[in-house]
Amino acid sequence: MRIKLKIWRQKSRNASGRFVSYPVENVNPDMSMLECLDVLNEQLIQQGEDPVAFEHDCREGICGSCGFMVNGVAHGPLPATTVCQLTMRHFNDGNELVLEPWRARAFPLIKDLVVDRRSFDRIIAAGGYISVSTGSAPDGNAIPVPKEAADRAMDAAACIGCGACVAACPNASAALFTGAKMTHLGILPQGKPERDVRAIRMVAQMNEEGFGGCTNIGECTGVCPKEIPLEVIAAMNRDYFRASWRERDNVVTTIRPFTEWSTGSKLQVDPPSGR
Amino acid sequence: MKLVNPANKRRHTLIVVGSGLAGASAAATLGELGYHVSCFCFQDSPRRAHSIAAQGGINAAKNYQNDGDSVYRLFYDTVKGGDFRAREANVYRLAQISVNIIDQCVAQGVPFAREYGGTLANRSFGGAQVSRTFYARGQTGQQLLLGAYQALERQVQAGTVTMYPRTEMLDLIVIDGRARGIVTRNLVTGEVDTHLGDAVILGTGGYGNVFYLSTNAKGSNVTAIWRAHKRGALFANPCYTQIHPTCIPVSGDYQSKLTLMSESLRNDGRIWVPMKKGDKRTPDQIPETDRDYYLERRYPSFGNLVPRDVASRNAKYVCDEGRGVGETGLGVYLDFGDAIRRLGRKAIEERYGNLFDMYQRITDEDPYTVPMRIYPAIHYTMGGLWVDYHLMSTIPGLFVIGEANFSDHGANRLGASALMQGLSDGYFIVPYTVGDYLATNKLDKVAETHSEIRNAVACVQQTVQKLLGINGKRTVDSFHRELGKIVWEYCGMSRNAQGLETAIEEIRSLREEYWQNVKVPGSGDDFNQSLEKAGRVADFFELAELMCVDALERNESCGGHFREEYQTADGEAQRDDEEFSYVAAWGYRGYGNREDLSKEPLEFQYVHPSQRSYK
Ligand SMILES: Cc1cc2nc3c(=O)[nH]c(=O)nc-3n(C[C@H](O)[C@H](O)[C@H](O)COP(=O)(O)OP(=O)(O)OC[C@H]3O[C@@H](n4cnc5c(N)ncnc54)[C@H](O)[C@@H]3O)c2cc1C
Ligand code: SF4
Ligand code: FES
Repeated sequence: MRIKLKIWRQKSRNASGRFVSYPVENVNPDMSMLECLDVLNEQLIQQGEDPVAFEHDCREGICGSCGFMVNGVAHGPLPATTVCQLTMRHFNDGNELVLEPWRARAFPLIKDLVVDRRSFDRIIAAGGYISVSTGSAPDGNAIPVPKEAADRAMDAAACIGCGACVAACPNASAALFTGAKMTHLGILPQGKPERDVRAIRMVAQMNEEGFGGCTNIGECTGVCPKEIPLEVIAAMNRDYFRASWRERDNVVTTIRPFTEWSTGSKLQVDPPSGR
Repeated sequence: MKLVNPANKRRHTLIVVGSGLAGASAAATLGELGYHVSCFCFQDSPRRAHSIAAQGGINAAKNYQNDGDSVYRLFYDTVKGGDFRAREANVYRLAQISVNIIDQCVAQGVPFAREYGGTLANRSFGGAQVSRTFYARGQTGQQLLLGAYQALERQVQAGTVTMYPRTEMLDLIVIDGRARGIVTRNLVTGEVDTHLGDAVILGTGGYGNVFYLSTNAKGSNVTAIWRAHKRGALFANPCYTQIHPTCIPVSGDYQSKLTLMSESLRNDGRIWVPMKKGDKRTPDQIPETDRDYYLERRYPSFGNLVPRDVASRNAKYVCDEGRGVGETGLGVYLDFGDAIRRLGRKAIEERYGNLFDMYQRITDEDPYTVPMRIYPAIHYTMGGLWVDYHLMSTIPGLFVIGEANFSDHGANRLGASALMQGLSDGYFIVPYTVGDYLATNKLDKVAETHSEIRNAVACVQQTVQKLLGINGKRTVDSFHRELGKIVWEYCGMSRNAQGLETAIEEIRSLREEYWQNVKVPGSGDDFNQSLEKAGRVADFFELAELMCVDALERNESCGGHFREEYQTADGEAQRDDEEFSYVAAWGYRGYGNREDLSKEPLEFQYVHPSQRSYK
């Protein structure tokens, strides 16, 4: 089949960008979207042009490296599928596909379809862990975990950190990503002791990075390749409220009400140390 | 083992290259101990290391199932599974540590599968008759890596670890015979930098991508360990590579990688091909009597759960006989019909749901109703830099962990034991052995202007400029594909002397052409993915030759190294313990020259070498 790719080309963060159209012939329906870009890039190199930069590694839908908008939809039209797993058989001969990078203030562009997602790492660093140093763990079976809790924790832990939720959200909110980590750790008995401080720190970091607030639109879960449910955002809000109430006298000095961060205004919380 | 005084730890800077299971766990633990750690990876985030893709599980001798497992049995299985080509002491330590790993990961919040009573669940894996594999659905590697990544980020927050993503190590700095730093290239700005420290720890993964098509992530490469090899670290057993029996068959020449279907599928799936050659009926048309469940037939006691090398080789045999299935004839069926009838679709969905979805997404076939088609593919490399019991290479101060070293799996790795080894090395071994090295060696401060540093930086810059300057006619990928075909053909599932000699010649001439005719677009001072690949492929070319040389030297068959000249009457690998019970450790002697072979003899005190039998 033949496909026309209309791709956002931008040499670097400060350069100006534009769409360029490229015809790709001999597209095999079993190819993935990324293999189709490989074919295009081989052509471009042969012609002495700059190949299209796009991020990828595992090509199995698990590392979270890949991702761009396909015709306005993060990761393209197929539900629960990253672009590396999206095969061309889902398009028709002669289709035009518009490929654009994730666009969000907290994801500055690097080149073409590649953006900088380090803000996600910083949200995790703020509190997305259980503080247990190597060697200090009790026996694995010492604390039973109900199967249901383990399953629910796993559902949330499946997040691959791709950033599609942010790209799809009109507010560029990272609530689904952040909520997924808080839910994963919060459900497990091992994660309970730090639940409050985790909620406060992660939400604060999320705001500091310039992600927008969540207004319950739900676009995020629709494009999420791991189908992380909206409930994780509700759980995050619940944890955050409860934590702000309980911790109002100690950890946090200047916490602002929910409505403010949920509409994206900047929140001042004591900055986690070491940043 | 000597200890470093806690107050002195923060005076030591340690360099950890890699943020996979091995690198992330090491960096996090060293940070917790108070060292100053710089950690590097080439992806945009440490969470994306190739370890994330491991599906099936991680072994540990917990004996929670009360089925007779023990540290000794895990040790025994691993030494035997490795076809008696691993060092006993290392393997024993690995088996001992396995239990601590599970405890650590549970405490970090890794959501392992649970029984209804809340205890940890297990499954069995190839090459073992006990159920000792812990798993988190089909995403065990992801969950273990996220655990290590979170521990790492906690240290980043605490200020003990500085993370350098999108930064590739391109050379090792050796001063007065000791590893004292690395040269890196920033993959966004192209800047070449040096990082100095008191020890360097490489956890940079395996080199399976020398075959171009493999189950490894696209970025997996040999560059870090190869450049360290060129600086003097011996490379052990390069020809020991693992072919995984259950991957989705190749479908076209545009294909960029192969997808693994977890080995755990062999617990419930039955492998078969038609009895008759060239049987073109669809699988549902082929009655039981016309099916050959060849693994169950040949290996009644292990059946579909024989180790990987045995399962792969047998798949090759039946396809070579013309009984393979699918369009290319390079495939066998993995059939869940029986399991679904016995356990119900729901149970199968629960165990393998995401794998079935992945299969369907790629092949457009429904494995609940049509048997999967699978074929072996390159998956793991047992070879790597030679290390001693402390995981230190032949360059003092250079430690190597995870898949990048050669240490524990001999000539064949058992399923679910790479994750175990990576975490064992990173959480529980290297943090102590590095301390011992620091405590027993006096390390003077290195001047930033030292000639060795300038020399290493110049080397890196030269290579970059050279690759950019060739401006030939062929793309890096086209060379890489061709190289991969040669290595797969002659140094893949089975090898013979003549083929290996041919391969060495073909590799050499293709390598010559590469340096004359490769086309790398763009410049060296910005984000240039073609340039990244070009450097990696250049190293694969050199490694490929060494793999063939090593395979040619080893006149026996063992584990994943199958030399057609050396097989038993019924086609099993025939070892030669008299001559080849050693680790082959190769020393670099300049571009294009034959490398020097040193041998580390292997002694077996506990597990007596025998013909491996899974009948
Ligand atoms: C599809 C698949 C499934 C698997 N399933 C299982 C399983 O179920 N059980 C099991 O036990 N094993 C499994 N394995 C094997 C196992 O996943 C790997 O052996 C293991 O994860 C390797 O971990 P590592 O930390 O050594 O390296 P990796 O995870 O490969 O990490 C390498 C790190 O090094 C960095 N790096 C590499 N080169 C450079 C450089 N030059 N400069 C800077 N950084 C660099 C990378 O960025 C990365 O962070 C599987 C493997 C595959 C391919
Ligand atoms: S929540 Fe979903 S869309 Fe968002 S980063 Fe995680 S996997 Fe990607
Ligand atoms: S490349 Fe890893 S998720 Fe797509």
